[in-house]
Amino acid sequence: MQTPIYMDNHATTPVDPRVLEAMLPYFTKVFGNAASRNHSFGWEAEKAVDNARKQIADLIGATPKEIIFTSGATESNNLAIKGVAEMYAERGNHIITSATEHKAVLDTCKRLEKQGCRVTYLPVQRDGRIDLEMLEEAITDKTILISIMYANNEIGVIQPIAEIGKLAHARKILFHTDAVQATGKVPVNVQTDNIDLLSLSGHKIYGPKGVGALYVRRKNPRVQIAAQMDGGGHERGMRSGTLNVTGIVGLGKACELCNQEMPAESKRLAYLRDKLKEGILSQLDECYINGSMEHRLPHNINISFAYVEGESLLMGINDVAVSSGSACTSATLEPSYVLKALGVGEDLAHTSIRFGIGRFNTEEEVDYVIKRVVETVMRLRELSPLYDMAKEGIDLSKVSWAAD
Amino acid sequence: MAYSEKVLDHYNKPRNVGTLDKNDPNVGTGMVGAPECGDVMRLQLKVNEETQIIEDAKFKTFGCGSAIASSSLATEWIKGKTVDEALEIKNTDIVSELSLPPVKIHCSVLAEDAIHAAITDYKAKRAAREGSPQPANA
Ligand SMILES: Cc1ncc(COP(=O)(O)O)c(C=O)c1O
Repeated sequence: MQTPIYMDNHATTPVDPRVLEAMLPYFTKVFGNAASRNHSFGWEAEKAVDNARKQIADLIGATPKEIIFTSGATESNNLAIKGVAEMYAERGNHIITSATEHKAVLDTCKRLEKQGCRVTYLPVQRDGRIDLEMLEEAITDKTILISIMYANNEIGVIQPIAEIGKLAHARKILFHTDAVQATGKVPVNVQTDNIDLLSLSGHKIYGPKGVGALYVRRKNPRVQIAAQMDGGGHERGMRSGTLNVTGIVGLGKACELCNQEMPAESKRLAYLRDKLKEGILSQLDECYINGSMEHRLPHNINISFAYVEGESLLMGINDVAVSSGSACTSATLEPSYVLKALGVGEDLAHTSIRFGIGRFNTEEEVDYVIKRVVETVMRLRELSPLYDMAKEGIDLSKVSWAAD
Repeated sequence: MAYSEKVLDHYNKPRNVGTLDKNDPNVGTGMVGAPECGDVMRLQLKVNEETQIIEDAKFKTFGCGSAIASSSLATEWIKGKTVDEALEIKNTDIVSELSLPPVKIHCSVLAEDAIHAAITDYKAKRAAREGSPQPANA
């Protein structure tokens, strides 16, 4: 076993060697522009792109023509939401999303609000899922789009996607989902789930960074989006720019591998995740799991270690790469807005750690991480005045703190 | 963010971790910060009544590595100083000793506040002891 151990697979993943191998010829040998129609260099590149389109479509139950290549999920989310808002402006200006979305969705919606759209940010319940009744109540005759993420990047909680899709279609509202964390990890099907637009990204599924895709439904209904970049009219006019052929080949291969290996892989990851969770919880008291365990990605666990500040914990387990919802680790100096939306108190948000187990983590690594986390939390609790007070039976919520 | 050598050293080997008897008349206790803000420091000092020298100091801190290091350093510095000398320690001294980056300056401020709070507590105890039987300026 080698350290440091990478267990932050929601942030990004390493490229699978089989993906890299598939990509390599397209840097130097098959380097043509996929839009070049008059020579074999172009045809070869186009063939590779078409193959990738099929690999991606197969993973999510779509058809190849419904796949639009982008630079990643940030762009896919922007294109989907802004593209729909602009294209369907005559029909309405209301968008429904949720409080725990990725910033690529939230900040896109905020910009649209400045431009005259109305946006409803649905709260989530204690388990991290939206309330379907609240969603239904939020719908107005001006609602054109519902954008709810498939699975959350911090807590791994999976939303009731099929129910949302059913509701959206019954009300003739388009449904977009940011499925970055879910595609390739759990079965995703745009047909059975009534999804109209879906964002995915290469680097979260053992593919390269800087490439992603947007699924845009072509039938029942035929979805149209206004392009957000002007240029050569690639991707059926929806996204201009010379295609990133190597990246696209990598994304396609990554999807193919996920598709083939998902049944076995998700079982293995769930086993490792459960082992990690049990290993930690059986040795430490006052640990709290954030988000639903029932509706959750198999490789995610997010735990608050009461009385131990997250950044100090990360510092203690410095040969293990994970991330924290503590303010000290964020650029904004605010604790995680996702945990806040779940109703997790700021005191506990500061103590949260996200573990994202990946394809290349081993059981030995999981055992090591358990040991490091347990010993570090114990050491830091010895240092924590809050742990002392709690052990004395003092109710910390009743203390009047001399904060500045 | 990379941590300075000194922050790492205090984090890995914190000095003077522990608790003094808060009911001891010569012990002052200062607790500053709040769990919602992500930092709470408890700093305690024990004063020799005759010499006014701080003979012992202990801390416990909930907070990031820099907060732990700042309070650890504070206990190290106040030990052996008189109460008045300890009051002269400035947060900026802690910043430069630990090479704290700007986002961590609040940790040093909290450590300075903790020293002041502990001394205020000690002085209040002493005043209560000496002052209460007699009128203040008799
Ligand atoms: C849920 C979610 N949406 C969107 C993104 C952005 O994806 P990309 O890095 O491909 O732009 C991420 C990754 O950070 C994510 O986790």
